[in-house]
Amino acid sequence: MQTISMAFKAIWGNKVRSFLTMLGVIIGVMSVIVLISIGQGTTAEVAESISAMGTNLLTVSIQTRKPGRFGGGSSGAKGTVILKLDDILTLEDEESIASVSPTVSGSLTVKAGSMNTTAQITGALPAYAGIVNQGVQSGRYIADADVTNRSAVCVIGTELATTLFGNTDVVGNTMHIDGRRFSIVGVLESKGTSMGGSTDNALILPFTLAQRMLDSTTIDSIYISAVDSANVDTAQEAVERWLYRKYQNENSYSVMNQTQMLETANETASTLSLMLGGIAGISLLVGGIGIMNIMLVSVTERTREIGIRKAIGAKRRNILMQFLIESVVISGMGGVLGLVFGLLLMHVLEGVLGMELVMSVGVAQLAIGFSMGVGVIFGLYPANKAARLRPIDALHYS
Amino acid sequence: MIRMEGIRKEYRMGENVVAALDGVDIHIRPREFVSIIGPSGSGKSTLMNIIGCLDVADAGVYMFDGQEINDYTEDELADIRGRKIGFVFQQFNLLPRLTARENVELPLIYQGMSAGKRRARSREVLEMVGLEGRMNHKPSELSGGQQQRVAIARALAGKPSLILADEPTGNLDSKTGAEVMRLFHELHEAGNTIVLITHDANIASQTPRSIHIHDGRVLEPATESEVVI
Repeated sequence: MQTISMAFKAIWGNKVRSFLTMLGVIIGVMSVIVLISIGQGTTAEVAESISAMGTNLLTVSIQTRKPGRFGGGSSGAKGTVILKLDDILTLEDEESIASVSPTVSGSLTVKAGSMNTTAQITGALPAYAGIVNQGVQSGRYIADADVTNRSAVCVIGTELATTLFGNTDVVGNTMHIDGRRFSIVGVLESKGTSMGGSTDNALILPFTLAQRMLDSTTIDSIYISAVDSANVDTAQEAVERWLYRKYQNENSYSVMNQTQMLETANETASTLSLMLGGIAGISLLVGGIGIMNIMLVSVTERTREIGIRKAIGAKRRNILMQFLIESVVISGMGGVLGLVFGLLLMHVLEGVLGMELVMSVGVAQLAIGFSMGVGVIFGLYPANKAARLRPIDALHYS
Repeated sequence: MIRMEGIRKEYRMGENVVAALDGVDIHIRPREFVSIIGPSGSGKSTLMNIIGCLDVADAGVYMFDGQEINDYTEDELADIRGRKIGFVFQQFNLLPRLTARENVELPLIYQGMSAGKRRARSREVLEMVGLEGRMNHKPSELSGGQQQRVAIARALAGKPSLILADEPTGNLDSKTGAEVMRLFHELHEAGNTIVLITHDANIASQTPRSIHIHDGRVLEPATESEVVI
């Protein structure tokens, strides 16, 4: 107790220096907390947007081949087997599969009035809405008749609608996609932004028309929903069997379910968190070196004090603890202040980044614990140096 | 209280070995008030370090308070210093950031005394040196004489067997110096053993017995004329 109050006195006696020393730890802890919570926030958001699409979802991507040597860039150069829409729809006969929608996508210029922009076009079947769990908030979705007739209709995302029209009340309006006139029949439900791009910027067209507009006769991705989450694995096996029959080559396609996608996304995000945390950890280490530096100066400056204390009965342990506690108090206070400033910074960043940042208790404990640890490790050498001073040498030091 | 036989202490100065103490024999009884006098370079500081358990001799026997001080670790020496010796230095050596009372309590902290007992004891000894009104002053707010009295109070706090004073009046003017000497006499009359180290024959003459040291040896019996100042 006595030693702790002595430590506070010594720190208070050198306010400016102590604060500057602390600053290293403050910045270190602050960056650890903020960067890790950004990493975790990103992970959470990706995970949320993936599970928002429904846990029953399977996605198939067909590996497209480079145009052959004599292919001349024709659209038929993708894959050796060209999947037909009707072929794909036979998958729905499987017991474990609820619905199937092939998709094509690409970027095209869109225009409404004087507004001009590029949008991500997705061509899909009516079943797509149910598969990715995103219906319309007003108007209607793509209908079977639209697909059959290649009707020039589209369903627009809220953000794209706002960009083009200034509001989302756009059902019945017309717009131009790649120069062609389309009427808007529905507005998509808003799902917010995520790492993988926002579905609020999407533009959904009838599959058949989109194929034509994007000049793509092949199908390179298929969205499939299983009847329920318990049947996802069965459905995946059925799809893989079906694809193997078609291609006879496992490298031509890949089937992913939501769990796998979540895992992949989580892995990426946790690598990101770890990297950010590591970088921040280095700054904490630098802060620790700052503490050691100042403690060494302090030991030299207080050599006489150490001599006096030893002459009147202080043992090595007493001196060691005195300096060690001082460095731990400096780093600990730095840790707490870093935590406070980190929380403030996170609050500011939430507004700037538009993502929800949550600091987990574990990370806070880790940061405080780590900063105290830094105080012990980097305080040990100077404290030991002080404790080993011989009393007569220290007393006669001036 | 103190019995030294054939104490030697050598220092290496480059290639030469210099004997700071060359076979010193000293005997001091309990309740004695003794001065050790010698010019600078005579080895009296080295002798003080050994008497005060700040250092150990290279050869010889040193019995302190019935204990042979030999091959002790630094922490064991610290323990003896804390419990049995009260130091008074020429430079006062008070910690500038602590108040008079906190300075006096410091050795008691290292002895592990409880806060309540420390407060009572520090008041008691500060009253003894006449500074009960200045307990919460920092050393910088006290005069030289007052600072030295705080240092004496600190030396007394742990009820030591021996008070070891190194030139206690060296930094004081003659009037305050005389006051401090009067305090030492009072402490002697109260039953304390005091060893006072000085180069000043005038100070040494005020103590009942003086031990003269010259070139690392004790001159005995010493007369006034033999003392080189």
